[in-house]
Amino acid sequence: MTEPLSFEKSRGSAGPPRLPDANVTAPEPSQLLGPEHIRSKAPGLPRLSEPEIMRHYSRLASMNYSISEQFYPLGSCTMKYNPVVNETAAALPGFAGLHPYQDEDSVQGALELMWRLERALSAVVGVERVTLQPAAGAHGEWTALRMIQAYHHSRGDARTEVLVPDSAHGTNPASAALSGFHVVEVRSGRDGRISLADLESKLSPSVAALMLTNPNTLGLFERQILDIAEMVHATGAMLYYDGANLNAFMGICRPGDMGFDAVHMNLHKTFTTPHGGGGPGAGPVGVKADLVPFLPTPTVERTNGHLTLDFKRPKSIGRVRTFYGNFGMLVRAYAYIVAMGGDGLTQASRDAVLSANYLRKQVEDDLEMPHDGPCMHEFVASARNLAQDGIKALDIAKALLDRDFYAPTVYFPLVVPEAIMVEPTETESKATLDAFGAAIKEIVAQAKTNPQALHDAPQTLPVGRLDEVAAARRINAYLQGQSDDPVLRWKAAEK
Amino acid sequence: MLAAIGVQSMDELLLDIPSSLRIKALELPAGLSEFETMAEIASLAARNRVFPDRLTFRGGGVYRRFIPAAVAAVTSKPEFYTAYTPYQPEASQGTLQAIFEFQTLIAELTALDVANASLYDGATAVAEAAMMAHVHTGRNEVVVPGYLHPEYMEVLRVFSEGRGIKVRRGTEPGPKTAAVIFQQPDFLGLLVDARSLTESAHAAGALAIACVDPISLAILAPPGEYGADIAVGEGQQLGLSPSYGGPHVGFISCRKELVRRLPGRLVGTAYDKQGRRGFTLALAAREQHIRREKATSNICTNHSLCALAASVYMTYMGPDGLRQVAEVSFKRAHALSERLAALPGWEPAFPDRQFLNEFPMRVPKGPAVVRKLARKGILGPLDVHRWFRELKGVLTFTCTEVNDPRALDELVAALES
Ligand SMILES: Cc1ncc(COP(=O)(O)O)c(C=O)c1O
Repeated sequence: MTEPLSFEKSRGSAGPPRLPDANVTAPEPSQLLGPEHIRSKAPGLPRLSEPEIMRHYSRLASMNYSISEQFYPLGSCTMKYNPVVNETAAALPGFAGLHPYQDEDSVQGALELMWRLERALSAVVGVERVTLQPAAGAHGEWTALRMIQAYHHSRGDARTEVLVPDSAHGTNPASAALSGFHVVEVRSGRDGRISLADLESKLSPSVAALMLTNPNTLGLFERQILDIAEMVHATGAMLYYDGANLNAFMGICRPGDMGFDAVHMNLHKTFTTPHGGGGPGAGPVGVKADLVPFLPTPTVERTNGHLTLDFKRPKSIGRVRTFYGNFGMLVRAYAYIVAMGGDGLTQASRDAVLSANYLRKQVEDDLEMPHDGPCMHEFVASARNLAQDGIKALDIAKALLDRDFYAPTVYFPLVVPEAIMVEPTETESKATLDAFGAAIKEIVAQAKTNPQALHDAPQTLPVGRLDEVAAARRINAYLQGQSDDPVLRWKAAEK
Repeated sequence: MLAAIGVQSMDELLLDIPSSLRIKALELPAGLSEFETMAEIASLAARNRVFPDRLTFRGGGVYRRFIPAAVAAVTSKPEFYTAYTPYQPEASQGTLQAIFEFQTLIAELTALDVANASLYDGATAVAEAAMMAHVHTGRNEVVVPGYLHPEYMEVLRVFSEGRGIKVRRGTEPGPKTAAVIFQQPDFLGLLVDARSLTESAHAAGALAIACVDPISLAILAPPGEYGADIAVGEGQQLGLSPSYGGPHVGFISCRKELVRRLPGRLVGTAYDKQGRRGFTLALAAREQHIRREKATSNICTNHSLCALAASVYMTYMGPDGLRQVAEVSFKRAHALSERLAALPGWEPAFPDRQFLNEFPMRVPKGPAVVRKLARKGILGPLDVHRWFRELKGVLTFTCTEVNDPRALDELVAALES
């Protein structure tokens, strides 16, 4: 099944929706505005009736896999169940109806929620304070690096490099570059952990920070984290924590205690705000005392039960987005934390680790395990053992789609060839994990008996594998003026 | 499960964590039932004051507008809101096609060639556009004439400083200028001469970046018509509630020549073996997961669901509905401005400048006016003196289709009382 584009379904005869009339005496725009200001050609938006629109989007919805219908073991993304009560909470008129420029006195409940969320997140990661402003993980990384940069500058120390492990997520080096840092890669050792020798050789007085996630993207805890922190701090650099993997140890240990100076959190991973098909999320950043003066403005302060926004922070890096962050997502995350409590969050992490180790066990005879277990909340397998059958990680991913599972993350982290990164999360039942393990077994068996079937997967979805190479060629042709098909948008045929 | 793993206890799985790091418990209260959770959250919501839509005359970047019920009916479908970024295209055609439609809608609205899948908000969209111009021209300065939203300006500065780009207020681009960035209508609601600003940018070899209000484009010349290279903006008005400032959605579109410099996700068409058309992430070689430190931006998660809301909104309205909304807002605002200008001591702050549906008035005792209206249940105008020292006593009023004529009467009566 495919669905035409709204533009292709557009009917000239579909009238506009009924909308209020002005009902005031006033001139038309064309009477007041100069012709240079007036649009000459109406925008080509589609014309559809409401029933057509509702059907269109319902059909599109039915073409998506989602947590609500499928197991979604996307490594590094923490696709856990999103409690529906979060949505109810965020939709309360007392939150959804607030204008960001209302007086502080009229938004005390919103500020209180932000203040409490900041305290709760600080308790989970072990930091002094948290800014709720960044809109996503990458935005949080960059915000933290800007603070670290400001910290060094304030000490007359112009450090120019940021160290990033080769197993790091792409946003880490990209955020460092966006802050104007030179990125230096640190190698992983054979055990999947950062190589201390390599780290040692790259640390210098020009290094502003080491960006690390722990457990790392291989799902392995950096056992020598305390040594790493000591080495980094000894050179005057700071230690940054990419909090994408926080789901591994809430209530078990804390990045702050490990020696991290700045920590971002993905509320859309660990704290169950839904991912929305690619956002919106929220990427709060927690910092230790040394970095507090540099937090973005405004911060939320509380004195004698009265809440205020503090804009007067002379050392602040300034604002990193409009207003106070993705407030609606903050409400959802707070609802989750209140419902779970300290006990519930701890249990969630323990269960996440249990699920990952259990699932790892289910598939360890079928796929290659490049690193010894146990793992934390996720594990990385490799499809290299199927190379002799011509089967790649991508084939396994697509075959899983045909078995009604979303695919694990593939080809990341880059340090494992044919990587298959699995993060089951705590909200999946043992029965689901077993079914997934059985599906992997079946696919691996099929690699021997009928590899073509795997190359042909998926068969059950609205489209089969898409030819991305041809798509790139078509885009090139368009960008070079050799074709009228823009590929990246729909365009009405020239009449 | 422990037995299947081959361990005796959960703690055996956690042995990699140094024991000195283990904590006993989180210092947080115990969990609550759903009922108690909602009671607690609702008590916080109850401590906020929500002004009715029709009595909200404050804008400044976030506006009250009629939101068709269809928007929430679509965005609350769990198939949309609980999916991830569409890495597996075959199982994500719904999200991908919706984004492709969003890209087309934004490109149509701004009359430019290509739009991306979304950005975080209007401010980061401005900053990302500045980065594009910096890389494209190899120049290290952006020039900002007039009243760009002060928070956009601040975010632009914070982004630019990191990259070593200078942000200069002024009207004259020079040989070092990568881009001229202007807002149309500006932060005060006033129209700027977008055409000549664009020409002056081009004359200096710089790009022209227009930060636009999407609803205004039903009436106003779009960036593509006056030759701007990049259009950016905030999409909150396209079906998103104010929600204390977010989540909303940033958009960006550009001329063909700049497409490879766009930040973030782009969706394009592709075909399977059977020749069926589908949609997939395209030009990924610009992005962080491939290019790492050489990527055009660090953005990964964007604001997909908000872009979906905006798409439903724009599709619901169609070109005629959008125009109706823009015109009603225009007329109500002009009717209101006439009546306000008749109040003793009140006058338009910039009488020679045109506006659409937000406008600045110079009034005696601005802060007192705002407080008085609040006492009467009206979310009055925005006092812009907070950001601009030269604008003492200047308040901006906003009118949209939700401010019915009686609401205007009530506002004026409250001011007269
Ligand atoms: C390890 C890691 N770091 C950073 C990020 C970036 O987070 P976001 O997508 O919210 O920007 C992600 C997720 O995409 C991730 O998995």
